[in-house]
Amino acid sequence: MSTEEENQTVFDVAAASMLTEELRDVFASGKTRSYEWRISQLKSVIKMCDEHEEDIADALHQDLSKPKLESIVYEVLVSSEVDWWYVVQISMLKNSCALAIKELKQWMMPEKAKTSLLTFPSSAEIVSEPLGVVLIISAWNYPFLLSLDPLVGAISAGNTMVLKPSELSPATSSLLAKLLPEYLDVSSIKVVEGAVSETSALLEQKWDKIFYTGNGRVGRIVMAAAAKHLTPVVLELGGKSPVVVDSGIDLQIATRRIIVGKWGCNNGQACISPDYIITTKDYADKLVDSLKKELETFYGENPLESKDISRIVNSNHFSRLTKLLDEDKVSGKIVYGGERDEANLKIAPTILLDVPRDSLIMKEEIFGPLLPILIVSEIEDSWDVINSGTKPLAAYLFTNNKKLKEQFVMSVSAGGVAINDIAMHLAIHTLPFGGVGESGTGSYHGKFSFDAFSHKKSVLYRSFTGDAALRYPPYTLGKIRLMKALMTSNLWTILRTLLGLS
Amino acid sequence: MEGVKGLESDLEAMRQYFRSGKTKDTAWRQSQLKGLLLFIKENEKHIFNALKKDLGKHPVEAYRDEAKLPRVALLSSAELVPEPLGLVLIISSWNFPFGISLEPLIGAIAAGNTAVLKPSELAPASSSLLANVLPTYLDNKAVKVIQGGPAVGERLLQQKWDKIFFTGSARVGRIIMSAAVNHLTPTVLELGGKSPAVVDSLASSWDKQVTVNRILVSKFGACAGQACIAIDYILVEKRFASTLVELMKVMIKKMFGENPRETNAIARIVNQQHFLRLKSLLRDPAVQNSIVYGGSLDEKNLFVEPTILVDPPLDAAIMTEEIFGPLLPIITLDNVEDSIAFINSKPKPLAIYAFIKNEKLKRRMLSETSSGSLVFNDAVIQYAADSLPFGGIGESGVGKYHGKFSFDTFSHYKAVTRRSFLTDFWYRFPPWNDYKLLLLEATYNFDYLGMLLVILGLKRRRQNSGGM
Repeated sequence: MSTEEENQTVFDVAAASMLTEELRDVFASGKTRSYEWRISQLKSVIKMCDEHEEDIADALHQDLSKPKLESIVYEVLVSSEVDWWYVVQISMLKNSCALAIKELKQWMMPEKAKTSLLTFPSSAEIVSEPLGVVLIISAWNYPFLLSLDPLVGAISAGNTMVLKPSELSPATSSLLAKLLPEYLDVSSIKVVEGAVSETSALLEQKWDKIFYTGNGRVGRIVMAAAAKHLTPVVLELGGKSPVVVDSGIDLQIATRRIIVGKWGCNNGQACISPDYIITTKDYADKLVDSLKKELETFYGENPLESKDISRIVNSNHFSRLTKLLDEDKVSGKIVYGGERDEANLKIAPTILLDVPRDSLIMKEEIFGPLLPILIVSEIEDSWDVINSGTKPLAAYLFTNNKKLKEQFVMSVSAGGVAINDIAMHLAIHTLPFGGVGESGTGSYHGKFSFDAFSHKKSVLYRSFTGDAALRYPPYTLGKIRLMKALMTSNLWTILRTLLGLS
Repeated sequence: MEGVKGLESDLEAMRQYFRSGKTKDTAWRQSQLKGLLLFIKENEKHIFNALKKDLGKHPVEAYRDEAKLPRVALLSSAELVPEPLGLVLIISSWNFPFGISLEPLIGAIAAGNTAVLKPSELAPASSSLLANVLPTYLDNKAVKVIQGGPAVGERLLQQKWDKIFFTGSARVGRIIMSAAVNHLTPTVLELGGKSPAVVDSLASSWDKQVTVNRILVSKFGACAGQACIAIDYILVEKRFASTLVELMKVMIKKMFGENPRETNAIARIVNQQHFLRLKSLLRDPAVQNSIVYGGSLDEKNLFVEPTILVDPPLDAAIMTEEIFGPLLPIITLDNVEDSIAFINSKPKPLAIYAFIKNEKLKRRMLSETSSGSLVFNDAVIQYAADSLPFGGIGESGVGKYHGKFSFDTFSHYKAVTRRSFLTDFWYRFPPWNDYKLLLLEATYNFDYLGMLLVILGLKRRRQNSGGM
């Protein structure tokens, strides 16, 4: 048995360099380009999920630090928001794989492109080819899904890759490091565990693409490292996703959807969670009452004790969140919740009403179970409020007013928007998922994942016939006239010119 | 030249104008695009003169390369809504100062953005024409032209943009992308590289003639080789090399005359700095010895004669850096198939041109090399194909444009989902229990039978609980 010390090999820049060299050689061999290789890897991902569901659930539970549930046995009724969290992740991932397996042949086919008179005769197509060696850096809040969903995209596009799972979800990270080599082609798909220094070592290398999920601060670090090598990036970041709530809606349904979208998604620790609400003065009280009622139905009178509330991921984030609550400007604005349990890193669902725009809680992404409500006089004032901040990853509107819906879609810029629901666009694989501005660049899901990890190469086929003398020097006035006519692509003009009538 | 404060307030005014929604209006966009067209039509003579001053370009070459306008379609679907990004910065290069300034500008406007254009200071007559005349055709609150060199460029880069579109060298491309990090600004970098032409040993004299014509116009006829997609060097089999060279010598004379310096059939070198750069590429004695045609330089007139070299040393600068000038190295190989490995030993180029008829080799070229574009049996012409995205990969660039891709590159495609209040899955909501989980899983997998079984109480275990 080797000792702990012997096992401790530092993953430094030299190691990272060797790793990428290796992956580059494997890529150059062409192995990952074949349809068969890609399909076999995708099928293995599904197999891995099926055969190790328990282990995955365990790891996810551990990362949320819930005591390991002795009764993972399915006959016993076990309730947990954590189960929902892992069911969602595994289901979504398997769907992703299944979709890729089903559509890969089509995705890999070249796309015919139209040709114009200017290049006549010719045929043209756009061919998808793998980028090469890619780096995927994942996040801690949906550690399983956010590691493997991009990986599925990279595989389906035919690349070699390194996955760096988040160190803030260590059990999942370590499980992925153990399982991926067992199920996937270890020469082409590597997992590197670690924190800042390992990530920095990786970022110094030259990649053909970097796919990062996380926050804007680290997103900038990733982009800066990429700029040195002109490496394109996908940055899936976050922001303050607002929910505009109009009057005249089915309040109970809307409230439930908001609650699930906020506290049902890792207790607000999700990139597309509603961050804050905007509503009119008149409607605010009704909304608060409805929220209180439904929250109690879901989580009981003592939400801190409900098994369906996730903990805050670590003490850093716990302090950050309590600081937001304790700021003088807002501490008097709490209308529901506010309880916290530092020992267990839990914060109860908390609603704050009419917070000042310049409070801390309104400055940065909350990423926690605190829901501030902003008041406006007219609901249309919401657009300016939202647009005065940075573009969020998602924006939501609850209304039955057609005009308002159109105004919302036209005036609010966000990665994606949803009307009368929260986070649904995540599950629709025909829609790209990504941010804009501060909330990110690039997108994925479904075919967009394949595209994100592909280079679309333009290919033009010309024959040796069909050359016009006017293309070549020496140039004459006649040639100029004919060229002008050709540019207009107007046959009548061309004809007239050829006949010398123009 | 305005100070930073003046610049910042100008940009803020542009952002306000954007927020007013004016530039999103279809009628506005159409009026701007019409204005651009009118600008080109009414100022044709001036444009030619500016190009002549800046680059000594022949009007036909200029017209061919600069005066195109693509047709752009506005696309909208119920679920994916394209929206403008906001305020964008376009930095263009000196070699096709009108085309490379206006084509991205067209995309930006068509997509509904406000835009600042910074033309290259190395083409001062063109830059000046754009700065002084273009604004009279367009909405000045939405489109501004700012002239200047690196200092102005730097100041502009410090501002917050919703996109930066840059055409130029990889060195400056890195500076731009690094500056963009501050505001997480996405960038399109249209760079360059060494775009090779692979020439197979062609049998038919027609094919040989066409090949030579196309190569020559794509090197010496493309701004004297100062074009990102010009042919940089040639790869050919040893046994065919001399045939190729002899044909080229004949055709160069036919196309560019006996005295191209006098006839203005070839553009001149843009400035002394680049002239000296090209001169130094020829300094190495081994490189000098490989010259088989041309080689004369006229510093006063910034003229470099069309020059052909055969097998200069591979480690000489002329074979490691992008040439961007009328020097054409020919590298000979034992077999034309070796060209694939040769190309792959260098950074990915913007374009690869393959003059080959062999179908098997064509397929290998397609699948074993990587470049922005790949053209069979021609060169440079892919620029005119509006339905093909134009852009690089790796060192040759990031992002693409032309035709609809220009519109796309300056747009954000926003996902929109709409739901009614009617249906909901009750098991979406806490408190959770196993029953709900089973239903949820079935729903996710569109497993209607599974759902039914759960509801009937016939399915109590989760899928794939076979691990136990």
